Amino acid sequence: MKFHNLTIQDIRQKLNSGELTSVELTRVCLERIKATDDKLNAFITVCEEEALAAAAVADQQIASGNGALLTGIPVAVKDIFNTLDVRTTCASKILDDYVSPYDATTITKLREQGAIIIGKLNMDEFAMGSSGENSAAGAVYNPWDTQRVPGGSSSGSAAAVAAGQVVATLGTDTGGSVRQPASHCGVVGLKPTYGRVSRYGVVAFASSLDQVGPVAGNVEDCALMLGVVAGYDPADSTSVDCLVPDYLENLKTGVAGKKIGLPKEYFIDGLDPDIKKAVNSAIETYRQLGAEIVEVSLPHTDYSVASYYLIAMAEASSNLARYDGVRFGIRQDSGDGLIGMYQQTRTAGFGDEVKRRIMLGTYALSSGYYDAYYLKAQKVRTLIRQDFHDVFEQVDLLLTPVAPTPAFKIGAMTNDPLQMYLSDIFTIPTNLAGTCAMSLPCGFSEDGLPIGLQLIGKPFAEAEMLQAAYAFEQATDWSDRVPEL
Amino acid sequence: MNSRYEVVIGLEVHVQLTTKTKIFCGCSIEFGQSPNSQTCPVCLGLPGALPVLNQQVVEDAIKAGLATNCQIAPHSIFARKNYFYPDLPKGYQISQFELPICEHGWMDIETEELGKKRVGITRIHMEEDAGKLLHNESNSSSVDLNRACTPLLEVVSEPDMRSSEEAIAYLKQLHQIVVYLGICDGNLDEGSFRCDANVSIRPWGQKELGTRAELKNLNSFRFIKQAIEYEVERQIDVIEDGGEVVQETRLFDPDAGVSRSMRSKEEAHDYRYFPDPDLLPLQVSADWVERVRSVLPELPLVKLQRYQDEMDLPAYDAGVLSAERPVAEYFEGLVALYNNPKVCSNWVMGEVLGALKEKNLEIIDCPVSPELLAGVLQRIDDKTISGKIAKTVFEEIWQSGKNADQVIEEKGLKQVSDSGAIEAIVDEVIAANPGPVAEYHAGKEKLMGFFVGQVMKASKGKANPGMANQLLKKKLAG
Repeated sequence: MKFHNLTIQDIRQKLNSGELTSVELTRVCLERIKATDDKLNAFITVCEEEALAAAAVADQQIASGNGALLTGIPVAVKDIFNTLDVRTTCASKILDDYVSPYDATTITKLREQGAIIIGKLNMDEFAMGSSGENSAAGAVYNPWDTQRVPGGSSSGSAAAVAAGQVVATLGTDTGGSVRQPASHCGVVGLKPTYGRVSRYGVVAFASSLDQVGPVAGNVEDCALMLGVVAGYDPADSTSVDCLVPDYLENLKTGVAGKKIGLPKEYFIDGLDPDIKKAVNSAIETYRQLGAEIVEVSLPHTDYSVASYYLIAMAEASSNLARYDGVRFGIRQDSGDGLIGMYQQTRTAGFGDEVKRRIMLGTYALSSGYYDAYYLKAQKVRTLIRQDFHDVFEQVDLLLTPVAPTPAFKIGAMTNDPLQMYLSDIFTIPTNLAGTCAMSLPCGFSEDGLPIGLQLIGKPFAEAEMLQAAYAFEQATDWSDRVPEL
Repeated sequence: MNSRYEVVIGLEVHVQLTTKTKIFCGCSIEFGQSPNSQTCPVCLGLPGALPVLNQQVVEDAIKAGLATNCQIAPHSIFARKNYFYPDLPKGYQISQFELPICEHGWMDIETEELGKKRVGITRIHMEEDAGKLLHNESNSSSVDLNRACTPLLEVVSEPDMRSSEEAIAYLKQLHQIVVYLGICDGNLDEGSFRCDANVSIRPWGQKELGTRAELKNLNSFRFIKQAIEYEVERQIDVIEDGGEVVQETRLFDPDAGVSRSMRSKEEAHDYRYFPDPDLLPLQVSADWVERVRSVLPELPLVKLQRYQDEMDLPAYDAGVLSAERPVAEYFEGLVALYNNPKVCSNWVMGEVLGALKEKNLEIIDCPVSPELLAGVLQRIDDKTISGKIAKTVFEEIWQSGKNADQVIEEKGLKQVSDSGAIEAIVDEVIAANPGPVAEYHAGKEKLMGFFVGQVMKASKGKANPGMANQLLKKKLAG
């Protein structure tokens, strides 16, 4: 059985009608993982026994009419979500075998809707990376071409959905970490507005930018998953207490009469020709669907990568201070005293990219440099935020590419971190502005690699953005293609 | 003090708040629980856990700010202070740095040596405490994180104090205020009120401040005084020997009475403060400040003045009665029922505080409530009992918890005002003391006191002393 052409609601019906059981479905997922994950390495932990046991319970609940939205449906989450009783490694040696004593709020919400958490997905260590290569559990591979990266840092979250291992996953997006791998893997990924989804229990990379987001095979499933995890959480002071609409309710509204802006700073000369072609074709589709297309400007776009990396690394350098070998995780101590223990533990526990970011972030916050780096970056952030505020006075949505190139070859940028950082150029500004954005398939390159289209919505206007995405998906067939594995 | 150098002292006080729960999580802050029993993912600094600000802490900070004449910032920011130490679970302390909740305050203090003066308060900010390291015998250490995330206010003074006496006067007054406000238990031994002192000296007349040393680990008023005086002498010695004072942090050892260098300026941490992205900027509305102001208790200095101005109490009485809030509340409760402040003061300072001290009790545990005591005083006024018998009644109430009327009735302590009965006793006394009677007649009128005493004794204290006096005068004259 394959569920590429089924939505979660289709599966829901099959489960409810008895045509399919949760145990069968879970077995399908587990077999698919077994059959494909040698090539992909999308999972860090697969919870086979727990998932099958949960599936048996779910079948009883469904039979007695007590099923919720996701009862009996296997999903997987990035290994950055704390899950009770299943290890949470963040793809880092320093958290090898770390088991959290509590569930993240988003995990609780998934469980409340009956979801079966079938496993924890591979990622760039501590969500730091754009390729899935920075993982202590080994690199993740792109299901469309296993010579290539799946994007990152929610690499496993996108690859697992693309490969049909599970119908939906959760990732996190700090500078494009849901959207860019979704784009490279030909699936739908959404970064909600900052504050829309609780961060409680999600291991922090850069607190002012991190946001949980769903990845799914189609827009409808993405909308459903967002509805499950969204909402105010008193345990997260930065979550926002505003109404969560029913994202499925008006999904078919369409885009007729909507004003879609094309920020000219995103359509640069160096853009990959395949991407340019696919995105231009998408613009044409939207025009045909009745949207008004206008050129707009986000004048401070050029400064976004620099200010993003300063802010993200500064916050990361502080967020990662707790991995000190004292209370949890690995400890290396050859008896050279406290400082020695710290040094040995952190030297052994963190990978190179994480160390690089801790060092750069520490530098940016240091006395004498703070004003020139961190503070300046925050001022730039304010300007970027203002850019978006201004542009959303003129248009309802923005349309841009997700990434400047399709998925690159494994190892192609390992020695050029700056080039790697620039691959987030189109996704980063929305994290700085805090608004919502998503990636959906809009074509393929000459090499047969998926290309993603980015829609950027107004703050807390995920519903409107999803409606536009749904209209495009219905008008095209890009989402129907699946990789051969 | 020293004739050649002026001493300059600034103080940083950590006030531990008595909230029910910690500043950023729901754990209890109760002292003395078994290690790590009062912890959760937030105060353990576990991956993914996030802080949520306890609003009571903000309220307490506003109280402290208002009581020390600070401006309350409508917009303040929590910042991370980054450093590594095993008792600091997150690798940073959540504190306030650039925009604290209170600034620009002051307190008036008074010392015998230098009189009254105003000490500036630079700022008061909120922060979380760290845990505790327990050093084991086997050369290893354990970490107890019960105290981690306990709410603290850090109160930073201007370098306005010029002697250890002034420093102590400032600290005692600040201590009195935070205890009065009910935001701190004031327990120095348990670390609820901790002080760091910045001490420097400069030649008289010099405007620039000298290089300062920061003294840490000062957990009693006596040690603070000792440590400051030791430090002043040490700095004078360094300078007189042609040396230079270096900026450093010094740890005071109360057993040896000396301080030792802990770290120099070069070794000082770069804390890399930056706004904590997990906490939103704190907004304090003018309404909130006014609400807090309206429930602020009358502060000790105001009471002290009012007791003298409005109640005509001597300064000494006013000082004793206003020093601690529960005593003041007892006293004011009594005055409300028995409107003679001086009599109330005498009773509270004499009988009440004396008995409490003897029995080692706090005033809130006093078995004789202001209501019961007022009952006694009213019986003196209406001449049911004498002042002397009243003390017996007080003791009986203390023991039994009964009211004055019950005690007087049951013990038969009612004052005898029947002139016939008193006359009989007066006659007896005159008959039994021919010698003193003769002396009295010879002009030694001072003996009247003796005769009254004899009458009171014979009546077991119950005779109305005024009547006894009158009758004695009459009989002895006749």
